[in-house]
Amino acid sequence: MGKLYDKLMTDVRFREGLKACINCGTCTAICPAATFYNYDPRQIADTVQWNDDAQIEALLKSETIWYCGECMSCKTRCPRGNTPGLIIASLRTLSQKEGYFVESEKGRQQLAVKRTVGEWILDYGYCLYAEKILPEMHPEQGPVWEWESKHLPDVFNRLGANYKGNGPGILRKIPQESLDELKAIFDVTGGTDFYETIEKYSSVKAQELGLELKEKGIESEYIGHIYTTNNQSHNKA
Amino acid sequence: MILEGKKQIWSDYQKEIADDRYFYVRSCVRQNFFPGSETAFLRIMQQELGKDIYEHPHHTTCSGIGYHSDVVPFDTTMTIVARQFSLMTEAGYKNLVPSCITSFGLYTEILETWKHFPHEEEKVRNYLRKATGREFEKPENLAHASDVIFKFRKEIAFKAKHKLINQQTGEPLKVVEHIGCHYAKMFPDKGVGGAEYPYVLAGMVEEWGGEVIDYPERRHCCGFGFRQYLVQANRGYSIACSQKKFESMKLYKPDLIITNCPGCPMFLDRWQYAIAEMEGVTYGENGMGIPVFTYEEVAGLVLGYDPWDLGLQVHQVSCEPVLDKIGIEYDPEKKYDGPYGKKIGKPELPFNLKCC
Repeated sequence: MGKLYDKLMTDVRFREGLKACINCGTCTAICPAATFYNYDPRQIADTVQWNDDAQIEALLKSETIWYCGECMSCKTRCPRGNTPGLIIASLRTLSQKEGYFVESEKGRQQLAVKRTVGEWILDYGYCLYAEKILPEMHPEQGPVWEWESKHLPDVFNRLGANYKGNGPGILRKIPQESLDELKAIFDVTGGTDFYETIEKYSSVKAQELGLELKEKGIESEYIGHIYTTNNQSHNKA
Repeated sequence: MILEGKKQIWSDYQKEIADDRYFYVRSCVRQNFFPGSETAFLRIMQQELGKDIYEHPHHTTCSGIGYHSDVVPFDTTMTIVARQFSLMTEAGYKNLVPSCITSFGLYTEILETWKHFPHEEEKVRNYLRKATGREFEKPENLAHASDVIFKFRKEIAFKAKHKLINQQTGEPLKVVEHIGCHYAKMFPDKGVGGAEYPYVLAGMVEEWGGEVIDYPERRHCCGFGFRQYLVQANRGYSIACSQKKFESMKLYKPDLIITNCPGCPMFLDRWQYAIAEMEGVTYGENGMGIPVFTYEEVAGLVLGYDPWDLGLQVHQVSCEPVLDKIGIEYDPEKKYDGPYGKKIGKPELPFNLKCC
């Protein structure tokens, strides 16, 4: 009893997110994820409050903790002031620290997020970076984005950007000393270790699945696999 | 609920919004997808309203998308945000204005966390000192950029060249307002009008002559869901959320959608294209989509700015039906021009979704 629960309790988001769930189901009623996935945030709040490590470990290895969209609609409505979205965030963090995330199809996707958004933060100083948002990976962006992608400097500068320029402005080049500060923050706060943990467990899983995983970038069999695979078992009928 | 009741709720959720001297932090999504909106915001603030608003060239992402897709730890994100506070302190400002709703929600969450767990603030101060040698003051006032436009909506109305009125019928345009989830769902008292009846966009629409539509799925998420959009295998979640909203609003025949979150206009715009191409279903008039705007774009149109200066050409759903209704003049030949009239081609037309 309690080892994983105790780890969850070191996360302020878990302590803030879980007070006492009365199983009313209001969070599930308002939840966008619950309208789409086989997902019930009420069950998750109820499961973790039992303080049973076997059940928590099962959650950390499950698909279900990866269904939430973190819109936090549950926060507004819970009559007891719980926030299932914060419970989910703390479960996801622990799942990755313990290496359990690679046991689910949705959990394994974390490497794809780390290799894109996660690395763009450190490489460019932005969570998103236009030249990396490839039309072939984003067909839903349509012909306008396809056109923009071919003319990024012209389109951006037409709209008042300072694209890759020095000084302030839209999509300016973030100065190297600022990127160095971001990297130092990652090193000091555990962000770098967290990225390495995602890489370590993903590498083991890739080997287990017999899929090639290069050390960097997104051009690997394993990344392609986790980015696109959907076994169609996640949704409501 | 009767209108008086709603007005009472709105009046219970009024927030303090600083009057001048703002420290502006940009949005990752908006810079990449709707850069003209940030340009318009600064133009309105500086040229129309004469305000002091400053952007520090060394500010970065707040890491919010990485945080909410759970690859960036909370300690890391809090310290990155503390660094933004440090830049604000260094520049001599106290009023923080984020362009992004995810950032606004995150800054609010972090400040509230520090209020309830003071040792977390102390920990972050130590992290920041160790990593960068920086110190910081917390902002005295935190307001989203849409709060600031809301505050000055009457001044904008006073300078208006156009109203949100159909010039052919004389009727107010019917407007769907969509509020980003992280604006007030987490901390209702931090948003104008709270979470259930937010007034930040409704106030602008009413002041500028339009009529707000109340429809069943008004508060449903656009479907970004962070990892639910970022990973291709999950995008069914994202498009399903948007579709749920379109199906709910279509009965009211909206003329346009106005949004205050950087991601929402992108999803509500692009998913209309995707639904049209996948299923042949369109939600606007004559096979077109419902035009989706940012609040800066709507403010810019009201003030008489050129639609192509605002960046309406980088929306997938054509904006022209709304421009025609309002009576805004535009040059179709210049729509896809680059800087200084440079010709850079134009996008292909979709198969199903009708575009201008």
